[in-house]
Amino acid sequence: MSTVSRGFQGRRRDSSRQLPPGQYLTSDFPVLSAGPTPRIPLDVWEFIVTTEQRESHRWSWPELMALPAESVTVDVHCVTRWSKLNTVWRGVSLDTLLDDVDTEADFALMHSYGGYSTNLPLEDLLDGHAWVAYEYDGEELAPEHGGPARLLVPHLYFWKSAKWVRGIELMLQDSPGFWEQLGYHDYGDPWREQRYQGD
Amino acid sequence: MARAAIPGGLKVRRAWRPAQLVERRPETGSASTLVFEIPGWPGHLAGQHVDVRLTAPDGYQAARSYSLAAPTNGDRIAITVQRVADGEVSSYLADEARSGDVVEVRGPVGGWFVWKPEDRGPVLLVAGGSGIVPLMAMIRSRDGASPTPFRLIYSVRTPEDRIYDHELRRRAIQDGGLQVTFLYTRTVPDGETRSIGRITAEDLIAYGWPADVKPTCYVCGPTAFVETVSDLLVGLGHDPAMIKTERFGPSGP
Repeated sequence: MSTVSRGFQGRRRDSSRQLPPGQYLTSDFPVLSAGPTPRIPLDVWEFIVTTEQRESHRWSWPELMALPAESVTVDVHCVTRWSKLNTVWRGVSLDTLLDDVDTEADFALMHSYGGYSTNLPLEDLLDGHAWVAYEYDGEELAPEHGGPARLLVPHLYFWKSAKWVRGIELMLQDSPGFWEQLGYHDYGDPWREQRYQGD
Repeated sequence: MARAAIPGGLKVRRAWRPAQLVERRPETGSASTLVFEIPGWPGHLAGQHVDVRLTAPDGYQAARSYSLAAPTNGDRIAITVQRVADGEVSSYLADEARSGDVVEVRGPVGGWFVWKPEDRGPVLLVAGGSGIVPLMAMIRSRDGASPTPFRLIYSVRTPEDRIYDHELRRRAIQDGGLQVTFLYTRTVPDGETRSIGRITAEDLIAYGWPADVKPTCYVCGPTAFVETVSDLLVGLGHDPAMIKTERFGPSGP
């Protein structure tokens, strides 16, 4: 039972598409980060997948650019309650990056330049659900939005789409990332409104 | 990294609780502080925020996050709301809500952008506009609880936009070890020696701390302001890990 707030009518926004519970539409692209924006020169940038056996797979920036890319149009939902529809990205599918990786892992911890991390089940990164994105709206991805490259995993709250990605640590057991250690949800499904631990 | 100290445990923090507005006071022409009474409030840390939820008679709901403006005070919490164009929740709170009205609150939320009196080491606070709110909670929490020196740099458009103006001036005199500097981007008051303009590296050098004293830096304000200040701090040699930021996006609360 919710308490009605006297005099509150609300501004129901027109939307042809339903939003996850508790979200509102924005046409802006707000920026949320815990610290300064890291600047990573492309000639030192690399992306490293590490398995539970400590085996590493590395890509330099030219190597990433040489992989087949996909353009995707997706909705993104931030835990701070804004949702943005029909965002256009270009990047490399995680399927492409993980195809030749030998692993028994069920979980992934994404690592970023600047020290950020976020955890998610490995299966949420596969089967066309996730990308390492380096273009937004036809332009190279701006640093404050995670450039040169960020994870894009749009079916989860957007903090899971780690900015400034540096690599994936594949793990047999789940281990909380940055916001998850600070009380945010380990999975973060916007349609089930999994904002905080315990939701 | 240790889990954040969130008083009361998860169950308590997740619950939406009725919160009755007991006091409101204007801070500027467009910002007001609202004090709510929430029986059984579990307490909070300076820098944390709450979710505020409004429900219309037909069941429609809208929720937004607001920084807590003051330390724990029994069952009372204070938020400061800046009216924003097209702000569904903020315009209700800023213009419509009266004493006795009830909203719902859950929290506290956030364990990163926080300061605790037991934290040692100098602190630099850099606020842009209504970004002062969580930093004010830190200044108020420090009073009488910690000798740690604080320096606040607060950028506003005009003198009329200074939130907590009187209290900040009083504290700058009375709270030992608190230094307060206002920067103006559009209009300066009489007698101001710094010229009008956005914050620069020279301001951070003149009114902040040298990087080698390793202050913890809290930067809060609109996105562009926070981007600028955190880049300047990194450029001045501050450790990025010591710079904590909170951004109000263009469609933020």
